[in-house]
Amino acid sequence: MEYNPYSLEGKTILITGGAGGIGSEVGRVCSKLGARIVLTDIREDALQSALSSLVKVDSGEHLAVKADLTNADELNVLVDQIPEIDGFVCNAGVMKLVLTQFITEEELTRIQSINLNAPILLTKALLKKKRIRKGGSVVFTASAAGVYRVSMGNAIYATTKCGIDAFMRTVALEYGPKGIRCNSVNPGMVETALIGSFTEEQKEKEMQNYPLRRFARPEDIAQGIAFLLSDASSFVTGTALKIDGGMTLS
Amino acid sequence: MNLNEFIQHFAEQFDETSVSEITPSTNFHDLDEYSSIIGLSIILMVDEEYGITIGADDMKQAQTVEDLFNIVKTKA
Repeated sequence: MEYNPYSLEGKTILITGGAGGIGSEVGRVCSKLGARIVLTDIREDALQSALSSLVKVDSGEHLAVKADLTNADELNVLVDQIPEIDGFVCNAGVMKLVLTQFITEEELTRIQSINLNAPILLTKALLKKKRIRKGGSVVFTASAAGVYRVSMGNAIYATTKCGIDAFMRTVALEYGPKGIRCNSVNPGMVETALIGSFTEEQKEKEMQNYPLRRFARPEDIAQGIAFLLSDASSFVTGTALKIDGGMTLS
Repeated sequence: MNLNEFIQHFAEQFDETSVSEITPSTNFHDLDEYSSIIGLSIILMVDEEYGITIGADDMKQAQTVEDLFNIVKTKA
């Protein structure tokens, strides 16, 4: 038999933000490792496209469920209609660069609601309704921002990611005894639409902070997430895994 | 407030202990799975389901599930 502790065969994995740059890549990587995938996103067309990009697996059909996770009813419908899961990738998020003096309550509330409240409430619902099997793994897409460094104009996003970091560690503490692990990946800049608000000049300058002299590709993050979902990381919980090309070293 | 329904909510706080193992006369402190975090879950369940605040002292004072049910009932 082939030795592969990174295999996800027989596991079912729910991915939020499943149509986005990182989320859709997590789906592809995990399906290649044998997992059955449940993608959810607010964007219907992109969701179907992400679904069709998954590799077929023996354990069942992949699913795609459109849901606005900031809406309590839609969140509950999602939790009630998905199969029991072994992995939960809490990945949906938004970013907007705003200097502190231009922060509005409306933007603050909107970004917090998507990046912090929805992940907390969805995790709570999955745990309360016992939808995550024993031996399961929860992985948040946090960020190097907030947790490991801050940068100008990124206060709201960084604040929400600090919140995710604290929540991740708390869930790890509470659910470790129940056999459920909880970790995060903490990327720096990733080549996705999310960094669209940076100018080319800003990106060029920012890249000088990366010893590996490039930004992450979605697969760099997806492979880290796949490791945290797999049995290869069975003794890893409460960890914020930097995947930042060395950016936070200096 | 109904004892059977209370037992159902009480049992939901456990993962390894089946509802059939929990009766009105069960001394819940003796259940293998009972822990401080499950005790806290029960306190929070009572608040969520019945809008009643109980504390660690009440948990300590109650020996059986029915004892706890009675404490909750007196606070209703």
